[in-house]
Amino acid sequence: MPNMKRENNIAQTAAEFNGFSKETIAKFNEIKNHFPAGKEKSAIIRMLHLAQTEVGWLSTEAMDAVAAFLNIQTIEVYEVATFYTMFHVNPVGKHVFEVCRTGPCMLVGSDQIIDYISEKLNIKVGETTADGEFTLKTVECLGACGYAPVLQCKYKFHENLTKDKVDELIEAYRSGIIEN
Amino acid sequence: MKNRKLLLENVHIPGIETYDVYRKNGGYRSVEKAIKSLTPDEVVEEVKKSGLRGRGGAGFPTGMKWSFLAKPEGIPRYLVCNADESEPGTFKDRYLMEKIPHLLVEGMITASYALGANTSYIYIRGEFMYILHILEKAIAEAYDNGFLGKNILGKGYDLDLFVVPGGGAYICGEETALLESLEGKRGNPRIKPPFPAVKGLWGAPTVVNNVETIAAVVPIVNDGGEAYAAIGIGRSTGTKLISACGNLVKPGVYEIDLGLSVEEFIYGDDYCQGIANNKKLKACVPGGSSVPILPHYLVTKTANGDDRLMSYESLAEGAFASGSMLGSGGFIIFDEDQCIVRNTWNFTRFYAHESCGQCSPCREGTGWMEKVLYRLETGNGNLRDIDLLAEINKKIEGNTICPLGDAAAWPVAAAIRHFRDEFEWHVSHKEEAQKRNYGLSKEPMLA
Repeated sequence: MPNMKRENNIAQTAAEFNGFSKETIAKFNEIKNHFPAGKEKSAIIRMLHLAQTEVGWLSTEAMDAVAAFLNIQTIEVYEVATFYTMFHVNPVGKHVFEVCRTGPCMLVGSDQIIDYISEKLNIKVGETTADGEFTLKTVECLGACGYAPVLQCKYKFHENLTKDKVDELIEAYRSGIIEN
Repeated sequence: MKNRKLLLENVHIPGIETYDVYRKNGGYRSVEKAIKSLTPDEVVEEVKKSGLRGRGGAGFPTGMKWSFLAKPEGIPRYLVCNADESEPGTFKDRYLMEKIPHLLVEGMITASYALGANTSYIYIRGEFMYILHILEKAIAEAYDNGFLGKNILGKGYDLDLFVVPGGGAYICGEETALLESLEGKRGNPRIKPPFPAVKGLWGAPTVVNNVETIAAVVPIVNDGGEAYAAIGIGRSTGTKLISACGNLVKPGVYEIDLGLSVEEFIYGDDYCQGIANNKKLKACVPGGSSVPILPHYLVTKTANGDDRLMSYESLAEGAFASGSMLGSGGFIIFDEDQCIVRNTWNFTRFYAHESCGQCSPCREGTGWMEKVLYRLETGNGNLRDIDLLAEINKKIEGNTICPLGDAAAWPVAAAIRHFRDEFEWHVSHKEEAQKRNYGLSKEPMLA
C-alpha cells in the first residue's frame, strides 16, 4: 500500500474522493471535535459506522476516504475495520440480519430461528439472497439476553423472535415498511 | 426493606428520559450538592464510605480505584464510562441507559467533578447505536440547562461529555482494550502496569468505571455513603442490577438489595417467578458467561448447606470447588432439557471468536477447546478429550495479558468439574446423545 498521506484540504478531498454526502462530511467534522487536537484518530470507529451506513458496506474507497479525512495511513483504517465485527468489508445485501447465536439466546431457541431464516431466505449463514435484498449472519451476544432470541438489522433490535415474527419481519423489510 | 430501588426507582415515570421530568423527580441533585457544598476529595470520601464495588464484574472497591488516580500538574485526567456491555447474560446497563439516560449523565458529572476530569467519555458498544443517540440527546439537554459545559452552576468547574461507539468486540469491555479502542485502534489489551490510573487514555491518568457503578454515585452523594453502606450484607453493600435470562418465567432486569436469597430471586413472585414451562432447574451461571457454572444442588444452597445469597461473598463461597461469582450480574438459568456440553461448546466458541489474538495461549487455546468440545458435542469425542480440555485449560489460565483467557478457561473447567458424567455420557452414548439431552445430574455424596 503506497503512502497515501494527504496534506491538502482534507474534508474536500474526502468528499470528492468518495462522494460522501454533505451531511456525512459535516458529521465527520463534528465528531472530530469530540477529541483534543492531535487525537482526532479517536473518531475513526464512529466515522466507519457512518461511512458504512451511507455506502452500505466498507469498500476500500470508503475506508481510504476516512483515512484521508483523518490524515492517517490507510492501513490504520483497514486494521480497525477488519478487527471490529460490525463492519462489512465485503459487499452485503440491502438488509443484513445479524442473529445472536450465543448461550442465552441458544437456551431459548436461536438455533431453530437461524435455521428457519436460512430456509425461508434459501441461503446459508454468511450468504446473500440472489436479489441482493438479504444477508444472513450470525453474531455473538448482542446484550439483549432477557428478550431472546434476538436479531439486529442495521441498528434495530428485533426481540423475542418466533417463526411467525420472522415471517413478518422479512415481509416488512422486503416491502419497505421497516426502513433501513 | 423489600423492593427498595436506588437506581430504577423512577424508571417507569412517563417521560423520565427527558430532562424536565427527570429534574422534577429530583434529578441532578447530586451535581448541585457536590459542586456547591463538597470538595472533590469529600465526594471520593463518600464513595469510599459507601463500600461501592465495581459493577462491571471485577467487584473492585470504587473509592479505592478513584484514590489511585495520579494527579500530576498540568496533565489532564479522564473519566471513561465502560458501556461496552457484552458479557453473555448481561443486559442491565442497556436497560438503565435506555430508560433513564440522565441518571448516567448525572453520575458522570458528579464523578468527573470528584476526579477533577474536565473531559469525560462514555464508550458504548456499537450495537447500542440507538442508545448512543438517546444519551447524546440527554447530554445536549444537560448542556442547555447548565449542568455541562463551562462554569457549571457558576462554580468554575468545566466539563465536556461525549459518547463514543465501539464496533462489535467483546474484548473492548476490558478497560485497557477499551482505551485502545477509544484512541481509534484495534482493541488489544495493554500490559499492566502501568495501570490506567497512572497512564490511561492518551497516556493520561484515567479512571474507567462501569455504567451501573457511575449511576450508583448519584444516590451515594445524595444520601451519603453511610446510608448506602447500610444496605446489603457484609462487604456487599448497596443494590445491584441483575439481568436474568435463560429458561425463566420472567426474565428481565431487577434491582435487588445485595444479600437477597438466590431462592427468592429465582422463585419469588417479585422476581423471576421460577423456571419456565414448569421444568426443573438444572444449572445456573450467576454472573455472566465467564463465571463458573453451578449445578442445581449448589444454586440455592452452598456446599455447607447454608442459604446461597446474591452477594459477592456468598456466590463465591466454596471457591472454584463449589462456588461461583456475582460477576456482572448476568444471571443465566438452564432448565432440565438443556445440554451442558452444547452450552459449554457454545460459550467457548464465543471466546474463540472474541479473542483479540494477541496472546497465543488464548488465541490458539480457545480455538482448540472449541474444536474438542464440538467433537464431544457431535458424538465424535473420546474420553481422552475430556482430560485434554483440562490440560489446555491450565495452559491458558494466567498466561495471557488480559483476563479473557481465564474467562474462557474457567467455565470449561467448572462444567467438567460438575458435569463430568454428562461429558462421559456423550462419549459412551454417541447416538443417544444426538437424539436427547442427558437431563439432571445426580447430587454427589457429600463428605
